[in-house]
Amino acid sequence: MSKPVSRRDFIRLAGLGAAGLTVASPFFDWKHGEILARDTMPGLYTKRTPTYCEVCFWMCAGWVHHNEDGEIWKITGNEDDPHCNGRFCPRGTGGVGMYYDEDRLKTPLIRTEERGKQVFREASWDEAYTYIAEKMNLIKEKWGPECMALFTHGSGGHYLGNLLRAFGSNNIAAPSYAQCRGPREVGFIGTFGEGIDSPERTDIRDTKCLVLIGSHIGENMHNGQVQEFSDAVDKGATIITVDPRFSIAAGKSKYWLPIKPATDMALLLAWIHVLIYDELYDQKYVEKYAYGFDELKAHVKTFTPEWAYGITTIHPHIIRETAREMANASPSVIVHPGRHVTWYGDDTQRERAIAILNALLGSWGRRGGFYNPAKPSVPTHPHPPYPKPKRDWRYAFPDKYKLAGLALASGLCDATVPGVSRDCNVRGWIVNGTNLIQTLPDQKNTLAAIQALELIVVIDTMPMEITGYADVILPECTYLERYDDLRISAHREGSIALRVPAAEKKYNTKSAWEMARELGMKLGLADYFPFKTQEAELDWQLKEMGLSLDEMRKIGVKKFPRPADDLYPLEGLPDYEFYTNTGKIELYATQFEAEGYPALPTYTAHEEPPYGFYRLIYGRAPMHTFSRTGNNPNLFDLMEENVVWVNPKVAKEWGLRNDQPVWLENQDGVISSSSIKVRVTERIRFDSVYMVHGFGHTNAKLSRAYGRGASDSELITRVHIDPEMGGTGMRGNFVTFRLEGAPEVQS
Amino acid sequence: MRYAMAIDTKRCVGCSDCVVACQTENKVPIGFCRDWIVETTTGTYPQLQMEIRSERCNHCTDAPCVRACPTKASHYGAGGIVTVDHEECIGCKACIASCPYDARYVHPEGYVDKCTFCIHRVEQGEHPACVAVCPTHAMTFGDMDDPMSDIFKLVSRRKWKTLIPEAGTRPNIYYLI
Repeated sequence: MSKPVSRRDFIRLAGLGAAGLTVASPFFDWKHGEILARDTMPGLYTKRTPTYCEVCFWMCAGWVHHNEDGEIWKITGNEDDPHCNGRFCPRGTGGVGMYYDEDRLKTPLIRTEERGKQVFREASWDEAYTYIAEKMNLIKEKWGPECMALFTHGSGGHYLGNLLRAFGSNNIAAPSYAQCRGPREVGFIGTFGEGIDSPERTDIRDTKCLVLIGSHIGENMHNGQVQEFSDAVDKGATIITVDPRFSIAAGKSKYWLPIKPATDMALLLAWIHVLIYDELYDQKYVEKYAYGFDELKAHVKTFTPEWAYGITTIHPHIIRETAREMANASPSVIVHPGRHVTWYGDDTQRERAIAILNALLGSWGRRGGFYNPAKPSVPTHPHPPYPKPKRDWRYAFPDKYKLAGLALASGLCDATVPGVSRDCNVRGWIVNGTNLIQTLPDQKNTLAAIQALELIVVIDTMPMEITGYADVILPECTYLERYDDLRISAHREGSIALRVPAAEKKYNTKSAWEMARELGMKLGLADYFPFKTQEAELDWQLKEMGLSLDEMRKIGVKKFPRPADDLYPLEGLPDYEFYTNTGKIELYATQFEAEGYPALPTYTAHEEPPYGFYRLIYGRAPMHTFSRTGNNPNLFDLMEENVVWVNPKVAKEWGLRNDQPVWLENQDGVISSSSIKVRVTERIRFDSVYMVHGFGHTNAKLSRAYGRGASDSELITRVHIDPEMGGTGMRGNFVTFRLEGAPEVQS
Repeated sequence: MRYAMAIDTKRCVGCSDCVVACQTENKVPIGFCRDWIVETTTGTYPQLQMEIRSERCNHCTDAPCVRACPTKASHYGAGGIVTVDHEECIGCKACIASCPYDARYVHPEGYVDKCTFCIHRVEQGEHPACVAVCPTHAMTFGDMDDPMSDIFKLVSRRKWKTLIPEAGTRPNIYYLI
């Protein structure tokens, strides 16, 4: 968050050509005394087209504004959109750079040398489709259609998913589940019968106490949520932040608990202990709605704050005081479930502990706690029934990850690696909008899977690490050049948002809708693609809802009033049946017990860094979305590379200075392929280092982002798998500093 | 009339949206900016305090850049804002040297450029781009001479500071602390 560019540097740069510059004609024809000649500035209300943002998955709806030449000028938020309330975040505002980036994929490519060598020839669309269809049919004949898998992250997933299901496979996974928020969904479903989903149903707007555990609110720039967070800070809500790092949220907190990393569970259990044994919990709520209170009470008997102190390094009186703060605010209190929660492998259980805390505080279904989102129902296009797959990803993992509600991206990857004793390996991948090399942990495993494939197709707007391994690259147009699936949003009020092209396609690219349909035709699946144009499909969908494409073009977002007054369904403690086995809030999780998992969360000690090593903690920056935006000219300008945060004591020990480039080496001897600059800062604990995820690109086709900063993914070679749902815990890796890079032979 | 801005350091999360919104609104060339984020952390772990500020030209009431400018290109405009007449600017950089806030840069076209409070928007009844975009509503823009304005009320109610007050520039950006 430093000043993005040094002004003095500009002066130096500009000075080089100063002689010529002083006589150069000014850009704007400003008259003396006038502040701005308006005829040379684009008007405030030039033509605008509706869109919703694709730079991150918050998907805020907004308007694309054009200059007089009809070119894309800027993007602003749509006032009616509950995701952004008329205000885009830096990524969304800088979304213009996704369109203008000159390094984009511009035409279909077919690989000519071995995978990873990045040697391609240009191909026509028909040639590319033919290649893919032949391989897909081969896989279908030899091993069955279920051996095709789709990895997707973004709005194209809907259409490509239709293609894959029509083909006969439901191996469709988004890394946002097993690599991110899966454990919290499973933990909350196991407790309340419902998950958290996105945008989170947290009523931060009206909360009096917000507890954040390793959360990156502010730095993640999940727009509406950050807006509500700032409101809550301003309104004087008590913020309690648990983090070994002095995060942005910690800087705004009444209590910052600088916990020893990997010990959060002990703190949560101690909080539960205090709430129960000091009788601070919402007794009426628990009595009416909860199942298994006695079991929980007996279970946490020994988990006292004094017990937790030895583990977490948080003082017992602070644990008690913060528990009281929560109870005082009850039910307007949120122990936030977080979002990226795949940390240590016991993440589902940690999320269970968080859910239990919320249940004891009576915050679920109450104002200032967790609201009940409303979601509009939108018809999907008519099509013949999908063929029933004989196998899915679960087939590869008998008796494992039984509580996983969605397919695991990492699971599909593992199911591809040969040599594992199973009947069917995945043989073909379609990868859309997710850079699996950086997204999945354990790169060696990912590469082993890729090399075993019969077919790998990558659909993306930008060259990424994953495109280097593709057999066929299908260039996708950016979100600013295409129609897309309606954004259907669950919120306090449900809404839909429309995306229409704001510009002609800049290159020989297509949208996922077009690619899915055209590939579908090649595969003889025309019945599944009944509409000739996407406009016709959208118009049909909207007309089914009593709207039209023309109407939506004018408004961009349509909100739907709640069908019932049930935003806070548990206010006043009415009778209520939860979607759990017992119909109650399960403090004691019967579903977990039935599947052979612990019904109550317990503390497990996790491995600690060896001598001279530091726990690798990674996170977010508000101006980037993982590795996807690294090369965006506007966003690169805001943050060019990541840095490694080092506590001053550690820096002194190693003799490290600010801005000094270092290489990081992990516990398994993996050395970062690029160097990363040191940031000496008090904001990180002495036993950890911190870096923003998504940097250290190794694809030289990214002219700006290539080799800038280091990749945390590369250093995450040890993965702790969540037994309940297969999440990939990634915070159990440790790094040390090297003043030189790896010897050349390694590359 | 005295245009001013109040920036709430408590609400701000330092996301840099103000920076990129300004760049796109005003077509600031990539590599340059008219506003920027400063984060300062004081103390020793774990006793720490953080302040986050969105900084830009302070549109000083007593502006050293106006005094330093040999061609009067830097001057006071409507509502007391400090602007640069690009036509008159000879790119001598005297203003840059005189500015205690490091708020100016030389545009590749040869003139000195900086924040204008988006006066082109303000004249049409819009907020400056940074104010309009800020997701956390950390910025308030308005007329400090109008006791009914939001900014006047906010600055009257809250504790605030200005940057480098010892320079005697009388800045018109108020940081709410």
